[in-house]
Amino acid sequence: MRATAGTGSRLWPAARAWRLPIVLAALLAGAGMGSLFAGSVAMSPGEIARALIGGERDVFEIIVWQLRVPRTLLAMLIGASLGLSGAVLQGLVRNPLAEPGLLGISGAAAFGAVVAFYSGFAALFLLALPLGGMAGAAGAVVLLLVLSGPSASTLTLILAGVAVSSLAGALTALALNLSPDPYAATEIIFWMMGSLADRSFEHVQMAAACMLPGWLLLFSVRRALDALSLGEDAATSLGFDLRSVRFRAVFGTAFAVGAAVSVSGTIGFIGLVVPHLLRPLVGQEPGRLLAASALGGALLLTLTDIVVRLLAPGPEIKIGVLTALFGAPFFLVLLLRLRREAS
Amino acid sequence: MTLSARGLTVTLGGRPILDGIDLSVPAGAVTGLIGPNGAGKTTLLRALASVLSIAAGVITLDERPLADWPRRDRARIIAYLPQGAPCFWPVDVRRIVALGRLPHLAPWRPPAAADEAAIEDALVATDVLHLALRNVLTLSGGERARVMLARALAVRPRVLLADEPVAGLDPEHQLLVMALLREQAAEGVAVVVTLHDLTLAARFCDRLVALDHGRIAAEGPPEAVLTSPILASVFAVRAEHGHRGGQSFVIPWDVVPRLNVVEKGGIGRDRRD
Repeated sequence: MRATAGTGSRLWPAARAWRLPIVLAALLAGAGMGSLFAGSVAMSPGEIARALIGGERDVFEIIVWQLRVPRTLLAMLIGASLGLSGAVLQGLVRNPLAEPGLLGISGAAAFGAVVAFYSGFAALFLLALPLGGMAGAAGAVVLLLVLSGPSASTLTLILAGVAVSSLAGALTALALNLSPDPYAATEIIFWMMGSLADRSFEHVQMAAACMLPGWLLLFSVRRALDALSLGEDAATSLGFDLRSVRFRAVFGTAFAVGAAVSVSGTIGFIGLVVPHLLRPLVGQEPGRLLAASALGGALLLTLTDIVVRLLAPGPEIKIGVLTALFGAPFFLVLLLRLRREAS
Repeated sequence: MTLSARGLTVTLGGRPILDGIDLSVPAGAVTGLIGPNGAGKTTLLRALASVLSIAAGVITLDERPLADWPRRDRARIIAYLPQGAPCFWPVDVRRIVALGRLPHLAPWRPPAAADEAAIEDALVATDVLHLALRNVLTLSGGERARVMLARALAVRPRVLLADEPVAGLDPEHQLLVMALLREQAAEGVAVVVTLHDLTLAARFCDRLVALDHGRIAAEGPPEAVLTSPILASVFAVRAEHGHRGGQSFVIPWDVVPRLNVVEKGGIGRDRRD
């Protein structure tokens, strides 16, 4: 039977599976270092190193520890959450266009966070803001799965996404309009365009605390997503409980995206672009795509946030605007290619 | 291992598809499910694979209800090859076949030598080893069907449920796949296969179960099932029978008019099949 001895290692090259995540992690570490240099105050490597070690209590230490480190960490956490949940959603509905921003999940999370913020709950306890975001995101994913069905065609998925995002956008605007806070209307810009500016370590802790359980849930469906490549019947016959898989994907996405949006507003297209770019590098396998997309999302958002700061001085370009500027054309190209493949 | 159904009833969208099926699938034999389009063959196979919920009755594996088996244990024993065997991502053939090992893998652990061996054996048995590095979506329909069969064989199941595994295959590979299923049976696997080709069914199956309108119309060895009256009433065809080298063969020859269409209209036909 063994026609060609030695194909065994070729059939499943487990050792090479770690190569891409290691490369991405190294690039991410480099981008994180670079991110500490980006800002209105120019600092030398020595000054940054001294500020990181601490003890000087000077202005450099304040800049590094209170502005640049939390901002860098947030970019990484949020980028990882968006990349990872994009990859999971795409595997779940078996469509490369599924993405938290495009499908309105981020928008619904923003609505949830806005309600928590302007209803005063956020002032009562710290976690109200991410909880609101998570509730909004969970509602959106459930609604999407109901609207588009378990194995979504591109058309129904995009239509369901349009419905959910316009509804979420309208509700967010309404909530801000009705708010007694005179500055609320200008806050729309933050929630709808996304920004990482002026975030503190409190935000980092809050986001991380909600994202980590979400990441665990999302990674737990890794093998089920591989099995789903063969369709739902085959996946069930391979021993996967699809109801539990959907449940974990929905709540994992809700935790990760809800927490991300509640500290940064909506940042779109990361979850679309990153899995798409990395898919050929993981042999198109939905399961292996997860770790790569998390790292790749963190890398892309960290780099984008460096660009945002390099574009200053001048009016701050919101990071969500920048991701949409390169993400939307990317999406159009992807759509055209899918249409060509379908015909 | 023996897979049995008692009083199996399935309704889909409020319409009864299977109505009180009693069936026992023995190990070491190829059981062929035959019947016209919409008879319920696919639904029966899906029910046996426990991928759809049943309205009444019970399916047992070694006398224990299928629902009581832990999912993973069940998935290691019963392999199911869906009709048309779709694939949604342009993955390598070897990776697709490797998915058959999922029920055997420990969480977070790479596949062991036994997994590699099962994958390679399945690739060789279905004659697709030379395609191992090809993207599955670029294969021809027949090649893809064999890859999907390899995926099911990679499970190394005790029960193999294959829905139309020879549909779309060229004659060579139809014969190879049927011979392969016989080999599996010879190794003690309980093989259940739905077939539209009565000639292949007569030649390669040990037992045939003829379904019609969600009920078992006839059951037994091929020569007892593919008789002229049953072929006429279930399939509305007349067949030529013959013998060659001690084997009998059946070739559907022409259509006989259905006389009892109105009476049969009572139970729904699904379009799946």
